[in-house]
Amino acid sequence: MTAAAEGSPPLAADGIRRRPPLPQSESFQGLALISPTFLYALILLLLPILVVFAHSFWTQNYLTIDHTFTLQNYRTALTEPIYLDLLWRSLFVALLVSLFTVVLAYPIAYFISFHGGRHKSLWLFLITIPFWTSYLLRVMSWKVILGYNGVLNSGLMGLGLISEPSTALLYNTSAVIITLTHAWAAFAILPIFVSLEKVDRTLIEAAKDLGDGPLRSFLRVTLPLSVPGVISALLIVMIPTVGDYVTPKLVGGKDGVMIANAIQAQFGKAANWPLGAALSVTTMVVVSLMAGAAVFLIRTAARLVR
Amino acid sequence: MIEIRAVTRSYGAFKALDDCSLAIHEGEFFSLLGPSGCGKTTLLRMIAGFDNPTSGSIAVDGQEMVGVPANRRPTNMVFQSYAIFPHLNVEQNVAYGLKRLQLDPAEEKRRVDEALAMVSLDGLGKRGAHELSGGQRQRVALARALVMRPKVLLLDEPLSALDKKLREQMQVELRRLQQAVGITFILVTHDQYEALAMSDRIAVMFGGRIAQIASPKEIYQRPVNRRVADFLGGMNFVKAEIVEENGSSITVNTLGFGRITTEKPKAFTRNGAGATLGIRPERLRVLWDNATAMHEVSGTVVERHYFGEITHLIVEIPGLEKPLSVTETNDFGADDIPIGAPIRLGYDRDALVAMAE
Repeated sequence: MTAAAEGSPPLAADGIRRRPPLPQSESFQGLALISPTFLYALILLLLPILVVFAHSFWTQNYLTIDHTFTLQNYRTALTEPIYLDLLWRSLFVALLVSLFTVVLAYPIAYFISFHGGRHKSLWLFLITIPFWTSYLLRVMSWKVILGYNGVLNSGLMGLGLISEPSTALLYNTSAVIITLTHAWAAFAILPIFVSLEKVDRTLIEAAKDLGDGPLRSFLRVTLPLSVPGVISALLIVMIPTVGDYVTPKLVGGKDGVMIANAIQAQFGKAANWPLGAALSVTTMVVVSLMAGAAVFLIRTAARLVR
Repeated sequence: MIEIRAVTRSYGAFKALDDCSLAIHEGEFFSLLGPSGCGKTTLLRMIAGFDNPTSGSIAVDGQEMVGVPANRRPTNMVFQSYAIFPHLNVEQNVAYGLKRLQLDPAEEKRRVDEALAMVSLDGLGKRGAHELSGGQRQRVALARALVMRPKVLLLDEPLSALDKKLREQMQVELRRLQQAVGITFILVTHDQYEALAMSDRIAVMFGGRIAQIASPKEIYQRPVNRRVADFLGGMNFVKAEIVEENGSSITVNTLGFGRITTEKPKAFTRNGAGATLGIRPERLRVLWDNATAMHEVSGTVVERHYFGEITHLIVEIPGLEKPLSVTETNDFGADDIPIGAPIRLGYDRDALVAMAE
């Protein structure tokens, strides 16, 4: 049988495989397929980032912008205690939120994947139901739950556990954490669910066969194999929560303010775009570093469990 | 060693296993053979502890196993998919079960190396699970189970994912390994040649029931019924009528073979006056020229199929409703017999098997 009959491209006379014409080549087709999305992403993602990046090296001069290069904005962003404080708090909140979300989401994902039976899609559907209402409404409902005359306070008073409504529930960092953890739950459940679905059930049987009880086989097989899902869940929750400003604004009070509120203020009332831009860039860099560190730590931990 | 008593497994009205009983001896290579859906894998999984019988009991070494979880049973399994842990390398895979025993690291390493040597994987300990070929994965699965020194090793179609050549090589190796370690092996397979080549004894299963338990030779030569006979390779079936039946022999009348007296199988239970006489295609031999045999039939060649070392002939015999298949080695030119030629076939009386139904 000749090469041509087997379906590979015919050989040129000198024996060198001729390249197919451009519109048929695999890379061209690939590029053609991704180009609409790529251009869309380029215009709506990369350009704004470039604008922000450029602004961060300029100076606001009342109503105009002075385009001479300066690092003054970064100096302010990195030395002014208020911004550092807000940045740390934002990272702290994001880290706690992502940890809580993943810890709470894992059992749910595990349950659906391993015990969902025929109703897996029903369970997943139920999890998406909160998304039928606007995010603002969901945050507002947490205000109703945690507020001075809210559900939680009345409930606790009704049980006689407290004598007067507690003000410790709303308008502070923990309110922000509680609200965000709830809001992002589905985004953590889904990737963990997907990675658990991919775990070959025979591997768990093999672990049992080799002497592991349910807990040990979970720790030695199921958990390490679902690490990719845990990592993506962690990142999916952590990265956007650092920059969230709606939730702290609504339920955070003055203790719950985060870096995004400060950035918003610079672009808005304070009208100092370059400083806002420098704060944004700093936050982006720090978040990337933190995400990288988290991935590294989890991978190392997963390796040690073996 | 392993006592399976009246085990039934029902899923609603469907019975995956129906009143199965069998005893497997220590150090035996035992095969569960049957078509897919016959319940052989269900039975194996019950011995391993991944499933429980609806009724009946399973005992290993006199100890009741029903209700004992898989991780506390003295059995280890080689899975059909091998179930190699993808996040561990070869060594870690093999050492997986040993970790729980908390051996001294040097002792653990010694046992892992010993197991790897047993399956000829020495030196591949550091390979990742993804860098292994099908045959190597199978060996890792084997080493991982053997390193636990189980009382019983369970093999669920371990060779079905390998290509023909490797499969045949592994059959020989598995058998050799089993004799070297002396552990009881229970193999599940749908491949009759695999079962015949490796086992000490075979249980043939159909539809959740055990049809016959015997040595490979007996199961091949003296199948208890047409289904067993058919599953273990080709067989010619000839309608017969029982003329006389006593303790050890049976006399039948057939149209093609005439009146025949043959050994009565142990499991023969008469079912009216009808019976079936079976003969394997290779037990019929072509009688050339003036050669004679004690027993012979004659007919006409109607089809001829060439298979390299053998030729498959289809021979029509006057009086028989179905033509006989005959396999003949090509030493004497069976591949050149013209179609339509008259032919005489010789056979031994003990090649004929009487079956009820």
